Amino acid sequence: MSVTTADQAAPAALLQAAPLLAIRGLQVEYQSGTTAVGGVDLTLHAGEIVALVGESGSGKTTLARSVLGLLPASARISGRIDFDGTDLASLSEKEFCRIRGRRIGLVPQDPGASLDPVRTIGSQVAEVFRLHQDGRRRSRRELRAEVVRLLTLVGIDRPEERLRQYPHELSGGLKQRVLIAIAFSLHPQVLIADEPTSALDVTVQRTVLEVFDRLAKEYGTAVIFVTHDLAVATDHADRIVVMRGGSVREDRGVDQILARPEDEYTVRLLEEAAPARAAVPAASVAASTSSDYALEARDLVKVFDRGGTNRAVDAVSFGVRPGTTFSLVGESGSGKSTTARMLMRLLDPTEGTVLVDGRDVTGLDGRGKRELWRTLQLVYQNPDSALDPRLRIRDIVAEPIANFRLGGRAGQQERVSELLEQVNLPARVASARPMELSGGQRQRVAIARALAAGAKTLVLDEALSALDVLTQAQILALLEELQRELGLTYLFISHDLHVVERISHEVGVMRRGRLVESGPTASIFGNPQHDYTRRLLDSNPGHRLRALAASTK
Amino acid sequence: MGRYVAQRIGQALLVIWLAYTVIFLAVQLLPSDPVTIFLSTDSAVDQATIDNMKRQYGYDQPLLVQYFAQLGGLLTGDVGYSLASGEPVALRIGGVIGSTMALALSAFATAVVLALAVVVAATLTRSAVLRKVVLNLPPLFAAVPVIWLGLVLLELLSIRWGVMSLFPDGSFLSLAVPVFVLGVHVSAPIAQVLLKSIDTVYSQPFIDVLRAKGASASWIFFRHALKNAGGPAMTITGITVGTLLAGSVITETVFARSGLGAVVLQAVTTQDVPLVQGLVLLTASVFVAVNLVVDLLYPLLDPRILKSNGQGSPRVLAV
Repeated sequence: MSVTTADQAAPAALLQAAPLLAIRGLQVEYQSGTTAVGGVDLTLHAGEIVALVGESGSGKTTLARSVLGLLPASARISGRIDFDGTDLASLSEKEFCRIRGRRIGLVPQDPGASLDPVRTIGSQVAEVFRLHQDGRRRSRRELRAEVVRLLTLVGIDRPEERLRQYPHELSGGLKQRVLIAIAFSLHPQVLIADEPTSALDVTVQRTVLEVFDRLAKEYGTAVIFVTHDLAVATDHADRIVVMRGGSVREDRGVDQILARPEDEYTVRLLEEAAPARAAVPAASVAASTSSDYALEARDLVKVFDRGGTNRAVDAVSFGVRPGTTFSLVGESGSGKSTTARMLMRLLDPTEGTVLVDGRDVTGLDGRGKRELWRTLQLVYQNPDSALDPRLRIRDIVAEPIANFRLGGRAGQQERVSELLEQVNLPARVASARPMELSGGQRQRVAIARALAAGAKTLVLDEALSALDVLTQAQILALLEELQRELGLTYLFISHDLHVVERISHEVGVMRRGRLVESGPTASIFGNPQHDYTRRLLDSNPGHRLRALAASTK
Repeated sequence: MGRYVAQRIGQALLVIWLAYTVIFLAVQLLPSDPVTIFLSTDSAVDQATIDNMKRQYGYDQPLLVQYFAQLGGLLTGDVGYSLASGEPVALRIGGVIGSTMALALSAFATAVVLALAVVVAATLTRSAVLRKVVLNLPPLFAAVPVIWLGLVLLELLSIRWGVMSLFPDGSFLSLAVPVFVLGVHVSAPIAQVLLKSIDTVYSQPFIDVLRAKGASASWIFFRHALKNAGGPAMTITGITVGTLLAGSVITETVFARSGLGAVVLQAVTTQDVPLVQGLVLLTASVFVAVNLVVDLLYPLLDPRILKSNGQGSPRVLAV
């Protein structure tokens, strides 16, 4: 299993040895005057796995990058980073080049963009040996053998063939394995893992982290594991360091932090990461009385004809009752977004019917769809790119009102204020531009815009996945509140099972275009019938947290 | 791969055929036929001579016959006869193209070297001042007109200092100066696009991964960044062919070099339509050929191109 149980005898032994890495009073400032890291002390012993946890802007990434000397040019660093007798904070770029890759490695955040797209996998793995020859030139054959050995080590099938492939021919999980192979190739003493799996599906995340854990243990590598996901951190780390606003809030062993968190911020993080199994959200009044569906898919099929035919969505049927939330979960590529886009009528189904409030809308023309979108709206994954950066918030929210010619100018302004209030945004936000808002605020704006023309049903496509845990919790609370007050119906698309369990009345599990299982949230999570659902739930990080929650009940 | 190549070549042939057709139609839009226009400057010519000459050049035939006759000629390398000299157009152009090619190719090589020098200096220097200076060179190069720089250099080198002859005499300077003048101008867009795409490449996470592997700045630049940024730069290079040809004509005129420039000037001033037609068709073909080469080289730089094949052209400028 991927659960790392802390060796009870280890901490005592570790305390006696000198730390491998000792950060003292580290401060990192940017030229703009912001202090990203303000006076942090941190030690790391050989073979230890430490998780750095915090929301974005907490300074965790800056801290981890300063160990690698990979801060942007505008950063000013002070303090000491003692690594095996050298102060890394004062090294020149040239000296750092001899340490990086060989003694300190990196497993990056986004495997999709972390390999050179125009070089083969083989050449990128072999590159590490070319960069650090250590007085020993390897022949092409030796290099090749070494690369094949490494790729096999991280569990890549057909390594001989992969050598010649380019990154775009590999899946995200495989790319991350290649990056892990590169990071471990010279047996570094310290590894920085910067959100290594946040871009991957839970099932892939699990297998990749298993490889990572195995290699770290085998080579005795000390790991700094940067993550925003406390559930992942507790599953893999020996120690957890909670950061916020550039300083360390808490730094203790996993078991201690789980049992008795001291800092109130840690307590909040833990609550969000492991909600005591939530009571099923109360459905609004409309839900209980109605047996009709607000949104229904009947035998939806979508065939993409690219080269071979690909049934992206295959005979999917389900219905969402008014005033309730239905969630579609599944890995990327499972067809959940395609299904959502067909329901939104943004994409024409190859076969099947879409019904909105019992009315068949499959054959609607452009004008009909426009009318449909007054009541059916989309909230998209990335609030950063879903808002026009040049417009003011007031104009963004007013756009649908103006498009549908609802009310005059004065009426528009009034409606905009009302909407902003509904999504709990202060009135002064109206004159701001998207850039000036936080991610959570932007997503609130996107929700306000979706509601502007009077939508009763929202399709939320990964609407929370770009946000921090705590911000996610706030937006979830907002969505629940809006559902209660306005009787909204949600179709919620997500790969995050924690969120799904909290918000949904019913859940559908998709795999390879098919809906393999659907039903009330409690029965899907409590008593999954399908193999795949069980596997998905099992891959969900946070084993220790759940065990803890169960034991304290 | 085979399909990609066939597609590109097919497209190139199609564009040349379309260019020929557009040129042919444009000639029909002239107020009168080419022979009448050519002879109109001479008042002593009577109608019989005009008719005779029209018959000789085939301008008395129905339009469709003319169209296919000329198209057929094109396929066999016969692009018609010049009205002014009576020589075949192909011969007229062939006689001077060598000199223009030498100028254009040398200027192109100079432009690429200049652009690379600018980009290397801007990316690898540690001096912020030098970087700022270098970054301002391409906009400056683009802003200076070929004709102005040519005249200024001629004034200084030939007239003030007398180190260079006013007319081409085969000396090193008499070739190097025109090449430099043209090269500077053509290097500007290449350098600008390359700088921009190098910037984009450096903002990608894989650069950090390379640094974390222990790669030095120059290792990253020469072994990774350049190849990644090369695609858009190559596309713009294909597009600068137009600038290069136009610039050649101007440069040749300024430096009194024989070449296409003189022929173009003559063809236009004497209203020698068949010759103009041939020159335009030549320009279009060169343009198409160079861009075909760029298209065929692109997959060597970026293997992802072949995957997106079948959905139209490869990515044009990623800027």
